Amino acid sequence: MKWDWSAVADFMPHFWDGLLVTLQILVIGSVISFVLGLVWALLMRAPSRWVTWPVGVITEFIRNTPLLVQLFFLFYVMPEWGLTFSALTTGVVGIGLHYSTYTMQVYRAGIEAVPVGQWEAATALNLPLRRTWSAVILPQAIRRVVPALGNYVIAMLKDTPILMAITVLEMLGEAQLFAREHFQFTEPLTVIGVAFIVISYLASLALRALERRLVH
Amino acid sequence: MSTDTIPNPEKDASASAGELIRLDQVTKRFGSNTVLDHLDFSVDAGKHVTLIGPSGSGKTTILRLLMTLLKPDEGTITVDGQQLFPASDKQVREVRKKIGMVFQQFNLFPNMTVLRNITEAPVTVLGMSKDEAVERAKGLLDLVGLADKCDAHPAQLSGGQQQRVAIARALAMRPQVLLLDEVTSALDPELVAGVLDVLRDIARSTDITMLCVTHEMNFARDISDQVLMFDLGRIIESGPPEKIFSDPELDRTREFLSAVL
Repeated sequence: MKWDWSAVADFMPHFWDGLLVTLQILVIGSVISFVLGLVWALLMRAPSRWVTWPVGVITEFIRNTPLLVQLFFLFYVMPEWGLTFSALTTGVVGIGLHYSTYTMQVYRAGIEAVPVGQWEAATALNLPLRRTWSAVILPQAIRRVVPALGNYVIAMLKDTPILMAITVLEMLGEAQLFAREHFQFTEPLTVIGVAFIVISYLASLALRALERRLVH
Repeated sequence: MSTDTIPNPEKDASASAGELIRLDQVTKRFGSNTVLDHLDFSVDAGKHVTLIGPSGSGKTTILRLLMTLLKPDEGTITVDGQQLFPASDKQVREVRKKIGMVFQQFNLFPNMTVLRNITEAPVTVLGMSKDEAVERAKGLLDLVGLADKCDAHPAQLSGGQQQRVAIARALAMRPQVLLLDEVTSALDPELVAGVLDVLRDIARSTDITMLCVTHEMNFARDISDQVLMFDLGRIIESGPPEKIFSDPELDRTREFLSAVL
């Protein structure tokens, strides 16, 4: 086996395309999972069982079935119902939805960790429920959960290649395409491997910086 | 025994010092444990009433019922002529406006500065302008001796300082009633005096009604118009502090006082 720098150079244009797609999946998927996870967590605290029961069942189902199956379902079954989206859109929504069922548990733990005295002080000051959530409870809860949410961003990054299965050309997809056309596997796979490590590392640095800012 | 009629030493009682708080036959249970047992009592406006008694005797529960943090199982509670239980959410919010509470554990909002802790509720609940709320908050911080701590976060303050901020926060809502729930129990001993001095000052200089659960008997003696001795969910003895602390009627009260003094 011989390392061929010219293969690396040939792959780079494809790599940049793949990197851009991977980052899109990661950023938009994270935002979806953060927002939707919070929505699930708040709905699970609704007083009515007519809300908590369906939300509980749906999220439990999504969390306990494979992401790959969900992506196939979204990509191949939804169009039969007349709902057609691009592979990338489907993939981003699918991965964001999947991870939202994990982040909801992170939020739940964060919300429950806010001392009951905070709720009592808010009641004693007559703060409306909405304001209690937005000004008192959530700022404290979210501060606590940033590290845990960060771990899911890294986990999501490592799951982005699964989107290859629904024809999304992210980094691994580009690498595989290149490898098959040129019969050179080592160089493209090595390049994206390094890229995954670099993105993970940069993401963890960014999260640590965010954590520090939130603590002070 | 009946504690309905708390004697009013002032001559002109009718105009300003009417009955502000009234509990009728209030019962509160936690599981099979009856914390308050058909309790009756009332407090006149402007009075300072101290609740003493062994832990678990229901003192704190009364404050928490008045603050609507708990609901009674039986009985009615009236504040300033408005019924608190049973009542609609809207009525409850109206009544809450009249009441402020200071907690044993301070319960300041750690994500806000000292100033914002105090201005948050006046702005969002009372609709006060931000400038006015800030001005008043600064005045209150001055009152509790922390004028220089506006921009600090609670975690940067000592327990005593946090509790003084919590007092300022409660007063910022201009309550008619201030509920003080063992406000010095969580403090290091050397910080207790500072908090009690602030409360003495407030008791002396305002006409705010105070209900105070405390184990600081000297403080209770100083500020109280009336002392209520609790045991097993009932008021077993009540009277002016000179009477209760020096010459209680019941052996139970005497035992309790000799244990804490």
